[in-house]
Amino acid sequence: MTFETIMAGFGGQGLLFSGKVLAHAALIEGKELSWLPSYGPEMRGGTCNCSVIVSDDPVGSPIIAHPNILMVMNEPSLDKFEDTVATGGIIFVDSSLIERKVGRDDVAAVYIPATKMAKDMEATSLANMIILGAIVAKTGCVKCETVSNALRETISARKANLLDLNLKAVEAGIKFIKG
Amino acid sequence: MSSKVLMKGNEAIAEAAIRCGCRHYFGYPITPQTEIAAYMSKRMPKIGGTFLQAESEIAAINMVYGAAASGRRAMTSSSSPGVSLKAEGISYLAGADLPALIVNVQRGGPGLGGIQPSQSDYFFMTRGPGHGDFHIIVLAPATVQEMADMTRLAFELGEKYRMPAMLLADGTMGQMMEPVVLPEDTVDPESIPATKPWATTGTDMKRPHNIVNSLYLKPEELEKTNLERFGRYAKLEREECRWEEYMMDDAEVCVVSVGITARVSKNAIVAARKEGIKVGMIRPITLYPFPKKPFAKAAENVRSFITVELNMGQMNEDVRLATNCSRPVAMCNRVGGMIPSVDEVLASIRKEAK
Repeated sequence: MTFETIMAGFGGQGLLFSGKVLAHAALIEGKELSWLPSYGPEMRGGTCNCSVIVSDDPVGSPIIAHPNILMVMNEPSLDKFEDTVATGGIIFVDSSLIERKVGRDDVAAVYIPATKMAKDMEATSLANMIILGAIVAKTGCVKCETVSNALRETISARKANLLDLNLKAVEAGIKFIKG
Repeated sequence: MSSKVLMKGNEAIAEAAIRCGCRHYFGYPITPQTEIAAYMSKRMPKIGGTFLQAESEIAAINMVYGAAASGRRAMTSSSSPGVSLKAEGISYLAGADLPALIVNVQRGGPGLGGIQPSQSDYFFMTRGPGHGDFHIIVLAPATVQEMADMTRLAFELGEKYRMPAMLLADGTMGQMMEPVVLPEDTVDPESIPATKPWATTGTDMKRPHNIVNSLYLKPEELEKTNLERFGRYAKLEREECRWEEYMMDDAEVCVVSVGITARVSKNAIVAARKEGIKVGMIRPITLYPFPKKPFAKAAENVRSFITVELNMGQMNEDVRLATNCSRPVAMCNRVGGMIPSVDEVLASIRKEAK
Protein backbone atom coordinates (compact mmCIF):
# COMPACT_ATOMS: atom_id res chain seq x y z
CA MET A 1 0.00 0.00 0.00
CA THR A 2 1.25 3.47 -0.88
CA PHE A 3 -0.08 6.70 0.62
CA GLU A 4 0.78 9.83 -1.31
CA THR A 5 -0.04 12.91 0.72
CA ILE A 6 0.16 16.57 -0.21
CA MET A 7 -0.22 19.12 2.60
CA ALA A 8 -0.77 22.64 1.34
CA GLY A 9 -1.62 26.08 2.67
CA PHE A 10 0.06 29.28 3.77
CA GLY A 11 3.60 29.48 5.08
CA GLY A 12 3.50 29.61 8.89
CA GLN A 13 0.65 27.10 9.24
CA GLY A 14 3.12 24.35 10.03
CA LEU A 15 2.53 22.25 6.92
CA LEU A 16 6.17 21.25 6.52
CA PHE A 17 6.23 20.26 10.18
CA SER A 18 3.08 18.14 10.08
CA GLY A 19 4.57 16.42 7.03
CA LYS A 20 7.78 15.83 8.92
CA VAL A 21 5.89 14.26 11.83
CA LEU A 22 4.05 11.96 9.41
CA ALA A 23 7.35 11.03 7.73
CA HIS A 24 8.95 10.37 11.08
CA ALA A 25 6.04 8.15 12.11
CA ALA A 26 6.57 6.13 8.94
CA LEU A 27 10.27 5.84 9.78
CA ILE A 28 9.41 4.53 13.26
CA GLU A 29 7.14 1.92 11.69
CA GLY A 30 9.96 0.82 9.38
CA LYS A 31 8.13 1.90 6.27
CA GLU A 32 9.63 3.38 3.13
CA LEU A 33 9.07 7.10 2.80
CA SER A 34 10.03 10.40 1.26
CA TRP A 35 9.36 14.01 2.29
CA LEU A 36 9.71 16.79 -0.22
CA PRO A 37 9.00 20.46 0.54
CA SER A 38 8.14 23.15 -1.91
CA TYR A 39 11.08 25.47 -1.53
CA GLY A 40 11.61 28.96 -2.73
CA PRO A 41 10.75 32.48 -1.77
CA GLU A 42 7.91 31.20 0.41
CA MET A 43 7.61 32.75 3.80
CA ARG A 44 4.92 33.38 6.35
CA GLY A 45 1.80 34.21 4.38
CA GLY A 46 3.02 32.80 1.06
CA THR A 47 1.85 29.48 -0.34
CA CYS A 48 3.65 26.42 0.85
CA ASN A 49 3.31 22.66 0.54
CA CYS A 50 5.02 19.37 1.14
CA SER A 51 4.70 15.90 -0.35
CA VAL A 52 4.97 12.83 1.85
CA ILE A 53 5.00 9.31 0.46
CA VAL A 54 4.56 6.40 2.88
CA SER A 55 4.83 2.96 1.35
CA ASP A 56 5.56 -0.71 1.96
CA ASP A 57 7.77 -0.61 -1.14
CA PRO A 58 10.81 1.54 -1.95
CA VAL A 59 9.78 5.03 -3.05
CA GLY A 60 10.55 5.91 -6.66
CA SER A 61 9.84 9.53 -7.42
CA PRO A 62 9.24 11.72 -4.35
CA ILE A 63 7.19 14.05 -6.55
CA ILE A 64 3.45 13.41 -6.27
CA ALA A 65 1.34 13.96 -9.38
CA HIS A 66 -1.88 12.42 -8.06
CA PRO A 67 -2.14 12.42 -4.26
CA ASN A 68 -4.56 10.01 -2.60
CA ILE A 69 -4.54 12.22 0.49
CA LEU A 70 -4.77 15.99 0.22
CA MET A 71 -4.74 18.33 3.20
CA VAL A 72 -5.58 21.96 2.44
CA MET A 73 -5.46 24.93 4.78
CA ASN A 74 -6.31 27.70 2.36
CA GLU A 75 -8.55 28.12 -0.64
CA PRO A 76 -5.81 28.71 -3.26
CA SER A 77 -4.38 25.31 -2.32
CA LEU A 78 -7.76 23.62 -2.76
CA ASP A 79 -8.10 25.35 -6.14
CA LYS A 80 -4.61 24.26 -7.14
CA PHE A 81 -4.64 20.62 -6.03
CA GLU A 82 -8.31 19.51 -6.10
CA ASP A 83 -8.19 18.27 -9.69
CA THR A 84 -4.95 16.38 -9.15
CA VAL A 85 -6.32 14.07 -6.44
CA ALA A 86 -6.53 10.43 -7.51
CA THR A 87 -10.01 8.94 -7.88
CA GLY A 88 -11.00 7.47 -4.52
CA GLY A 89 -8.70 9.82 -2.68
CA ILE A 90 -9.61 11.88 0.38
CA ILE A 91 -9.41 15.66 0.72
CA PHE A 92 -9.07 17.05 4.25
CA VAL A 93 -10.34 20.62 4.29
CA ASP A 94 -9.83 23.09 7.13
CA SER A 95 -13.43 24.30 6.99
CA SER A 96 -12.81 27.24 9.31
CA LEU A 97 -10.51 28.73 6.64
CA ILE A 98 -12.10 27.46 3.42
CA GLU A 99 -15.74 28.25 2.76
CA ARG A 100 -16.32 26.33 -0.44
CA LYS A 101 -16.95 22.62 -0.76
CA VAL A 102 -14.99 20.08 -2.78
CA GLY A 103 -16.50 20.02 -6.27
CA ARG A 104 -15.70 16.43 -7.24
CA ASP A 105 -17.86 13.40 -6.52
CA ASP A 106 -15.20 10.75 -7.21
CA VAL A 107 -13.21 11.71 -4.13
CA ALA A 108 -14.18 11.85 -0.46
CA ALA A 109 -14.04 15.07 1.51
CA VAL A 110 -13.54 15.52 5.24
CA TYR A 111 -14.45 18.99 6.50
CA ILE A 112 -12.81 19.71 9.79
CA PRO A 113 -12.98 23.13 11.46
CA ALA A 114 -9.42 22.67 12.62
CA THR A 115 -8.45 26.29 13.08
CA LYS A 116 -11.55 26.94 15.20
CA MET A 117 -10.97 23.75 17.20
CA ALA A 118 -7.37 24.84 17.79
CA LYS A 119 -8.49 28.24 18.99
CA ASP A 120 -11.03 26.67 21.36
CA MET A 121 -8.34 24.54 22.96
CA GLU A 122 -5.98 27.54 23.11
CA ALA A 123 -3.60 26.03 20.62
CA THR A 124 -4.09 28.52 17.81
CA SER A 125 -1.16 27.44 15.65
CA LEU A 126 -1.84 23.71 15.92
CA ALA A 127 -4.63 23.26 13.39
CA ASN A 128 -2.05 21.39 11.31
CA MET A 129 -1.67 18.74 14.01
CA ILE A 130 -5.45 18.40 14.39
CA ILE A 131 -5.78 17.62 10.69
CA LEU A 132 -2.80 15.27 10.86
CA GLY A 133 -4.62 13.37 13.62
CA ALA A 134 -7.70 13.19 11.39
CA ILE A 135 -5.64 11.93 8.44
CA VAL A 136 -4.05 9.04 10.32
CA ALA A 137 -7.33 8.12 12.01
CA LYS A 138 -9.21 8.09 8.71
CA THR A 139 -6.62 6.50 6.42
CA GLY A 140 -4.44 4.37 8.70
CA CYS A 141 -1.37 5.40 6.69
CA VAL A 142 0.47 5.10 10.01
CA LYS A 143 -0.84 4.06 13.43
CA CYS A 144 -2.33 6.82 15.61
CA GLU A 145 -0.04 6.02 18.53
CA THR A 146 3.05 6.20 16.31
CA VAL A 147 2.25 9.83 15.55
CA SER A 148 2.56 10.68 19.23
CA ASN A 149 5.93 8.97 19.38
CA ALA A 150 7.03 10.74 16.22
CA LEU A 151 6.03 14.07 17.75
CA ARG A 152 8.09 13.37 20.85
CA GLU A 153 11.13 12.65 18.68
CA THR A 154 10.64 15.47 16.17
CA ILE A 155 9.73 18.49 18.25
CA SER A 156 12.68 20.86 18.63
CA ALA A 157 14.15 21.59 22.05
CA ARG A 158 13.08 25.22 21.64
CA LYS A 159 9.44 24.15 21.43
CA ALA A 160 9.55 21.18 23.81
CA ASN A 161 7.16 23.02 26.14
CA LEU A 162 4.51 22.75 23.41
CA LEU A 163 4.74 18.95 23.18
CA ASP A 164 1.70 18.26 25.34
CA LEU A 165 -0.41 20.73 23.43
CA ASN A 166 0.70 19.16 20.13
CA LEU A 167 -0.21 15.72 21.44
CA LYS A 168 -3.63 17.02 22.49
CA ALA A 169 -4.16 18.54 19.05
CA VAL A 170 -3.41 15.24 17.33
CA GLU A 171 -5.74 13.52 19.78
CA ALA A 172 -8.51 16.02 18.97
CA GLY A 173 -8.15 15.23 15.26
CA ILE A 174 -8.31 11.49 15.92
CA LYS A 175 -11.41 12.00 18.09
CA PHE A 176 -13.06 14.11 15.39
CA ILE A 177 -12.93 11.09 13.06
CA LYS A 178 -13.49 8.26 15.52
CA GLY A 179 -15.95 10.12 17.74
CA MET B 1 24.90 -1.28 12.88
CA SER B 2 23.67 2.26 13.05
CA SER B 3 19.98 2.91 12.63
CA LYS B 4 18.10 4.93 10.07
CA VAL B 5 17.54 8.62 10.64
CA LEU B 6 15.43 11.07 8.71
CA MET B 7 17.47 13.80 7.05
CA LYS B 8 17.48 16.18 4.13
CA GLY B 9 19.94 15.33 1.38
CA ASN B 10 21.92 18.47 2.15
CA GLU B 11 22.15 17.61 5.84
CA ALA B 12 23.17 14.03 5.06
CA ILE B 13 26.12 15.31 3.02
CA ALA B 14 27.24 17.57 5.86
CA GLU B 15 26.99 14.92 8.57
CA ALA B 16 28.63 12.28 6.37
CA ALA B 17 31.53 14.64 5.62
CA ILE B 18 32.12 15.18 9.33
CA ARG B 19 32.04 11.45 9.97
CA CYS B 20 34.59 11.00 7.19
CA GLY B 21 37.02 13.24 9.03
CA CYS B 22 36.29 16.53 7.27
CA ARG B 23 36.92 19.35 9.75
CA HIS B 24 37.19 22.26 7.33
CA TYR B 25 34.15 23.71 5.63
CA PHE B 26 34.28 26.98 3.72
CA GLY B 27 31.19 28.27 1.98
CA TYR B 28 28.82 30.99 1.04
CA PRO B 29 25.04 30.62 1.24
CA ILE B 30 22.94 30.04 -1.85
CA THR B 31 19.63 28.22 -2.34
CA PRO B 32 19.07 25.26 -2.64
CA GLN B 33 22.15 24.07 -0.72
CA THR B 34 22.26 26.43 2.26
CA GLU B 35 21.33 23.64 4.69
CA ILE B 36 24.86 22.25 4.24
CA ALA B 37 26.41 25.48 5.48
CA ALA B 38 23.79 25.85 8.22
CA TYR B 39 24.44 22.31 9.46
CA MET B 40 28.21 22.83 9.41
CA SER B 41 27.88 26.11 11.31
CA LYS B 42 26.16 24.24 14.14
CA ARG B 43 28.33 21.11 14.21
CA MET B 44 31.88 22.23 13.40
CA PRO B 45 32.44 24.47 16.45
CA LYS B 46 31.36 21.62 18.73
CA ILE B 47 33.98 19.20 17.38
CA GLY B 48 36.92 21.55 17.02
CA GLY B 49 36.42 21.96 13.29
CA THR B 50 36.31 25.03 11.12
CA PHE B 51 33.13 26.50 9.71
CA LEU B 52 33.85 29.67 7.85
CA GLN B 53 31.37 31.72 5.89
CA ALA B 54 33.68 33.40 3.42
CA GLU B 55 33.18 36.80 1.82
CA SER B 56 32.55 35.11 -1.52
CA GLU B 57 32.53 31.77 -3.30
CA ILE B 58 35.95 32.58 -4.74
CA ALA B 59 37.40 33.10 -1.29
CA ALA B 60 35.80 29.88 -0.06
CA ILE B 61 37.30 27.68 -2.79
CA ASN B 62 40.74 29.18 -2.22
CA MET B 63 40.45 28.44 1.50
CA VAL B 64 39.70 24.85 0.48
CA TYR B 65 42.90 24.95 -1.58
CA GLY B 66 44.90 25.95 1.48
CA ALA B 67 43.38 23.34 3.76
CA ALA B 68 43.72 20.62 1.11
CA ALA B 69 47.38 21.54 0.53
CA SER B 70 48.07 20.84 4.19
CA GLY B 71 46.60 17.38 3.75
CA ARG B 72 43.29 17.95 5.50
CA ARG B 73 39.92 16.77 4.30
CA ALA B 74 38.28 20.02 3.25
CA MET B 75 35.11 20.92 1.40
CA THR B 76 32.91 23.63 0.04
CA SER B 77 29.38 23.60 -1.32
CA SER B 78 27.34 25.83 -3.53
CA SER B 79 24.74 25.89 -6.26
CA SER B 80 25.19 26.60 -9.95
CA PRO B 81 25.93 30.37 -10.08
CA GLY B 82 28.19 29.99 -7.06
CA VAL B 83 30.06 27.12 -8.69
CA SER B 84 30.75 29.34 -11.72
CA LEU B 85 32.58 31.63 -9.33
CA LYS B 86 34.53 28.71 -7.92
CA ALA B 87 35.73 27.60 -11.36
CA GLU B 88 39.04 29.47 -11.13
CA GLY B 89 39.86 27.87 -7.80
CA ILE B 90 38.82 24.41 -9.00
CA SER B 91 41.25 24.74 -11.89
CA TYR B 92 44.02 25.69 -9.43
CA LEU B 93 43.14 22.68 -7.25
CA ALA B 94 43.33 20.43 -10.30
CA GLY B 95 46.61 22.05 -11.40
CA ALA B 96 48.10 21.50 -7.95
CA ASP B 97 46.74 17.91 -7.82
CA LEU B 98 44.81 18.55 -4.62
CA PRO B 99 41.93 16.37 -3.45
CA ALA B 100 38.92 18.21 -2.02
CA LEU B 101 35.16 17.83 -1.99
CA ILE B 102 33.00 20.31 -3.86
CA VAL B 103 29.22 19.95 -3.69
CA ASN B 104 27.02 21.45 -6.41
CA VAL B 105 23.28 21.29 -5.71
CA GLN B 106 22.16 22.53 -9.10
CA ARG B 107 19.49 25.13 -9.83
CA GLY B 108 18.21 26.49 -13.12
CA GLY B 109 20.37 28.80 -15.22
CA PRO B 110 22.07 30.43 -17.00
CA GLY B 111 22.88 33.58 -15.11
CA LEU B 112 21.18 33.88 -11.76
CA GLY B 113 18.49 31.67 -13.27
CA GLY B 114 16.04 30.37 -10.67
CA ILE B 115 16.23 28.32 -7.52
CA GLN B 116 14.31 25.23 -8.62
CA PRO B 117 16.08 21.95 -9.51
CA SER B 118 18.19 21.58 -12.62
CA GLN B 119 20.89 19.39 -14.14
CA SER B 120 22.13 22.04 -16.50
CA ASP B 121 25.69 22.13 -15.14
CA TYR B 122 26.34 18.66 -16.59
CA PHE B 123 28.71 19.82 -19.34
CA PHE B 124 30.29 22.43 -17.10
CA MET B 125 31.16 19.85 -14.41
CA THR B 126 32.01 16.79 -16.50
CA ARG B 127 34.33 18.65 -18.89
CA GLY B 128 36.44 20.16 -16.12
CA PRO B 129 34.93 23.29 -14.57
CA GLY B 130 37.62 25.89 -15.24
CA HIS B 131 40.45 26.79 -17.59
CA GLY B 132 43.08 24.32 -18.73
CA ASP B 133 43.05 20.62 -19.51
CA PHE B 134 41.66 18.79 -16.51
CA HIS B 135 38.84 16.76 -15.05
CA ILE B 136 37.31 16.41 -11.65
CA ILE B 137 35.56 13.28 -10.39
CA VAL B 138 31.80 13.83 -10.67
CA LEU B 139 29.35 11.67 -8.70
CA ALA B 140 25.56 11.85 -9.14
CA PRO B 141 23.51 10.67 -6.13
CA ALA B 142 19.85 9.71 -6.57
CA THR B 143 18.87 9.02 -2.95
CA VAL B 144 19.63 10.66 0.37
CA GLN B 145 21.48 7.46 1.25
CA GLU B 146 23.71 7.98 -1.77
CA MET B 147 24.27 11.62 -0.77
CA ALA B 148 25.86 10.26 2.42
CA ASP B 149 27.67 7.30 0.84
CA MET B 150 29.08 9.30 -2.05
CA THR B 151 30.44 11.95 0.27
CA ARG B 152 32.80 9.30 1.58
CA LEU B 153 33.49 7.96 -1.90
CA ALA B 154 34.31 11.46 -3.16
CA PHE B 155 36.90 12.01 -0.43
CA GLU B 156 38.42 8.58 -0.99
CA LEU B 157 38.57 8.69 -4.78
CA GLY B 158 39.82 12.28 -4.72
CA GLU B 159 42.69 11.29 -2.44
CA LYS B 160 43.49 8.12 -4.36
CA TYR B 161 43.77 10.02 -7.64
CA ARG B 162 44.87 13.36 -6.19
CA MET B 163 42.11 15.40 -7.76
CA PRO B 164 39.04 17.40 -6.71
CA ALA B 165 35.83 15.39 -6.49
CA MET B 166 32.30 16.68 -6.83
CA LEU B 167 28.88 15.60 -5.65
CA LEU B 168 26.60 16.83 -8.42
CA ALA B 169 23.05 16.84 -7.10
CA ASP B 170 19.95 18.80 -7.97
CA GLY B 171 17.72 20.97 -5.81
CA THR B 172 15.22 18.19 -5.19
CA MET B 173 17.87 15.80 -3.91
CA GLY B 174 19.20 18.48 -1.57
CA GLN B 175 15.79 19.42 -0.17
CA MET B 176 14.08 16.04 0.20
CA MET B 177 14.16 13.91 3.33
CA GLU B 178 14.53 10.14 3.34
CA PRO B 179 15.70 7.58 5.86
CA VAL B 180 19.47 7.30 5.78
CA VAL B 181 22.07 5.18 7.53
CA LEU B 182 25.01 7.49 8.15
CA PRO B 183 28.57 6.20 7.78
CA GLU B 184 30.33 5.08 10.94
CA ASP B 185 32.41 7.79 12.54
CA THR B 186 35.69 5.92 12.30
CA VAL B 187 38.05 8.36 10.57
CA ASP B 188 40.47 10.26 12.81
CA PRO B 189 40.92 13.61 11.07
CA GLU B 190 44.40 13.96 12.60
CA SER B 191 45.56 10.76 10.91
CA ILE B 192 44.75 11.87 7.36
CA PRO B 193 47.59 14.32 6.52
CA ALA B 194 50.21 11.67 7.31
CA THR B 195 48.80 9.52 4.50
CA LYS B 196 49.67 12.27 2.00
CA PRO B 197 53.46 12.45 1.49
CA TRP B 198 53.04 15.48 -0.79
CA ALA B 199 51.18 17.60 1.77
CA THR B 200 52.65 20.69 3.43
CA THR B 201 52.53 19.24 6.92
CA GLY B 202 55.78 20.79 8.18
CA THR B 203 59.20 19.24 7.62
CA ASP B 204 60.29 19.17 11.26
CA MET B 205 63.71 19.82 9.67
CA LYS B 206 63.81 16.16 8.69
CA ARG B 207 62.89 16.24 5.01
CA PRO B 208 62.99 18.63 2.06
CA HIS B 209 59.90 20.82 2.04
CA ASN B 210 56.92 20.06 -0.15
CA ILE B 211 55.71 22.62 -2.64
CA VAL B 212 52.07 22.82 -3.72
CA ASN B 213 51.80 24.89 -6.85
CA SER B 214 50.19 25.06 -10.27
CA LEU B 215 52.64 27.42 -11.95
CA TYR B 216 55.13 25.87 -14.40
CA LEU B 217 56.75 28.46 -16.63
CA LYS B 218 58.84 25.94 -18.55
CA PRO B 219 56.59 24.39 -21.20
CA GLU B 220 58.52 21.11 -21.05
CA GLU B 221 57.68 20.80 -17.36
CA LEU B 222 54.07 21.88 -17.76
CA GLU B 223 53.55 19.38 -20.55
CA LYS B 224 54.93 16.67 -18.30
CA THR B 225 52.50 17.50 -15.49
CA ASN B 226 49.58 17.48 -17.92
CA LEU B 227 50.56 14.11 -19.37
CA GLU B 228 51.12 12.59 -15.93
CA ARG B 229 47.71 13.85 -14.83
CA PHE B 230 45.97 12.38 -17.84
CA GLY B 231 47.70 9.09 -17.07
CA ARG B 232 45.83 9.14 -13.76
CA TYR B 233 42.59 10.03 -15.55
CA ALA B 234 43.06 7.01 -17.82
CA LYS B 235 43.38 4.74 -14.76
CA LEU B 236 40.32 6.40 -13.22
CA GLU B 237 38.35 5.76 -16.40
CA ARG B 238 39.45 2.11 -16.43
CA GLU B 239 38.83 1.34 -12.79
CA GLU B 240 36.29 3.64 -11.18
CA CYS B 241 33.23 3.85 -13.44
CA ARG B 242 30.04 3.20 -11.51
CA TRP B 243 26.47 2.82 -12.65
CA GLU B 244 23.17 1.11 -11.81
CA GLU B 245 21.22 -1.05 -14.24
CA TYR B 246 17.49 -1.39 -13.70
CA MET B 247 15.37 -3.98 -15.57
CA MET B 248 17.92 -4.09 -18.39
CA ASP B 249 17.99 -7.89 -18.92
CA ASP B 250 15.43 -7.98 -21.70
CA ALA B 251 15.12 -4.24 -22.39
CA GLU B 252 14.44 -3.00 -25.89
CA VAL B 253 14.30 0.64 -24.84
CA CYS B 254 16.87 2.04 -22.43
CA VAL B 255 16.19 5.13 -20.32
CA VAL B 256 19.30 7.00 -19.17
CA SER B 257 18.91 9.37 -16.26
CA VAL B 258 20.52 10.59 -13.02
CA GLY B 259 19.39 12.22 -9.79
CA ILE B 260 15.74 13.17 -9.39
CA THR B 261 14.85 12.35 -13.01
CA ALA B 262 16.17 8.80 -12.54
CA ARG B 263 13.57 8.42 -9.79
CA VAL B 264 10.76 9.81 -11.91
CA SER B 265 11.95 7.46 -14.68
CA LYS B 266 11.79 4.42 -12.38
CA ASN B 267 8.08 5.06 -11.81
CA ALA B 268 7.55 5.47 -15.56
CA ILE B 269 9.42 2.23 -16.26
CA VAL B 270 7.28 0.31 -13.76
CA ALA B 271 4.16 1.71 -15.45
CA ALA B 272 5.47 0.88 -18.94
CA ARG B 273 6.34 -2.67 -17.90
CA LYS B 274 2.69 -3.10 -16.82
CA GLU B 275 1.77 -2.24 -20.41
CA GLY B 276 4.15 -4.94 -21.62
CA ILE B 277 6.85 -2.57 -22.85
CA LYS B 278 10.35 -3.97 -22.39
CA VAL B 279 12.14 -0.97 -20.97
CA GLY B 280 14.98 -0.57 -18.51
CA MET B 281 17.37 2.07 -17.28
CA ILE B 282 21.06 2.71 -17.01
CA ARG B 283 21.74 5.25 -14.29
CA PRO B 284 25.28 6.58 -14.49
CA ILE B 285 26.65 7.15 -10.98
CA THR B 286 30.02 8.51 -12.03
CA LEU B 287 29.45 11.24 -14.63
CA TYR B 288 33.18 11.70 -14.96
CA PRO B 289 34.41 9.13 -15.66
CA PHE B 290 31.31 8.37 -17.74
CA PRO B 291 30.53 4.62 -17.63
CA LYS B 292 30.81 3.71 -21.31
CA LYS B 293 30.84 -0.06 -20.81
CA PRO B 294 27.14 -0.66 -20.02
CA PHE B 295 26.16 1.47 -23.01
CA ALA B 296 28.31 -0.49 -25.44
CA LYS B 297 26.67 -3.66 -24.12
CA ALA B 298 23.15 -2.20 -24.18
CA ALA B 299 23.60 -0.92 -27.73
CA GLU B 300 23.79 -4.55 -28.86
CA ASN B 301 20.33 -5.30 -27.49
CA VAL B 302 18.18 -2.18 -27.33
CA ARG B 303 16.47 -0.39 -30.19
CA SER B 304 16.86 3.07 -28.78
CA PHE B 305 17.91 5.13 -25.78
CA ILE B 306 16.06 8.00 -24.10
CA THR B 307 17.88 10.46 -21.89
CA VAL B 308 15.64 12.00 -19.25
CA GLU B 309 17.35 15.13 -17.99
CA LEU B 310 16.86 18.65 -16.68
CA ASN B 311 18.79 20.37 -19.45
CA MET B 312 18.71 20.68 -23.22
CA GLY B 313 20.38 17.32 -23.87
CA GLN B 314 23.84 17.47 -22.33
CA MET B 315 24.10 13.85 -21.15
CA ASN B 316 22.41 12.88 -24.41
CA GLU B 317 25.73 13.64 -26.14
CA ASP B 318 27.67 11.35 -23.79
CA VAL B 319 25.26 8.50 -24.58
CA ARG B 320 25.79 9.08 -28.32
CA LEU B 321 29.55 9.03 -27.77
CA ALA B 322 29.39 5.90 -25.61
CA THR B 323 27.34 4.07 -28.24
CA ASN B 324 29.21 5.46 -31.27
CA CYS B 325 25.83 6.79 -32.45
CA SER B 326 24.87 3.21 -33.29
CA ARG B 327 21.33 3.66 -31.91
CA PRO B 328 18.97 6.62 -31.83
CA VAL B 329 19.14 8.60 -28.59
CA ALA B 330 15.86 10.39 -27.91
CA MET B 331 15.32 12.97 -25.24
CA CYS B 332 12.68 13.69 -22.61
CA ASN B 333 13.61 16.90 -20.88
CA ARG B 334 12.36 19.93 -18.99
CA VAL B 335 14.42 22.98 -18.08
CA GLY B 336 14.37 26.11 -15.97
CA GLY B 337 13.43 24.29 -12.77
CA MET B 338 10.63 22.19 -14.27
CA ILE B 339 10.73 18.40 -13.86
CA PRO B 340 9.20 15.96 -16.36
CA SER B 341 6.24 14.10 -14.87
CA VAL B 342 5.96 10.30 -14.81
CA ASP B 343 3.33 10.65 -17.56
CA GLU B 344 5.69 12.64 -19.77
CA VAL B 345 8.45 10.06 -19.40
CA LEU B 346 5.95 7.25 -19.98
CA ALA B 347 4.76 8.93 -23.20
CA SER B 348 8.34 9.16 -24.35
CA ILE B 349 8.91 5.46 -23.60
CA ARG B 350 5.74 4.47 -25.47
CA LYS B 351 6.87 6.48 -28.49
CA GLU B 352 10.29 4.79 -28.61
CA ALA B 353 8.78 1.32 -28.08
CA LYS B 354 6.54 1.59 -31.15
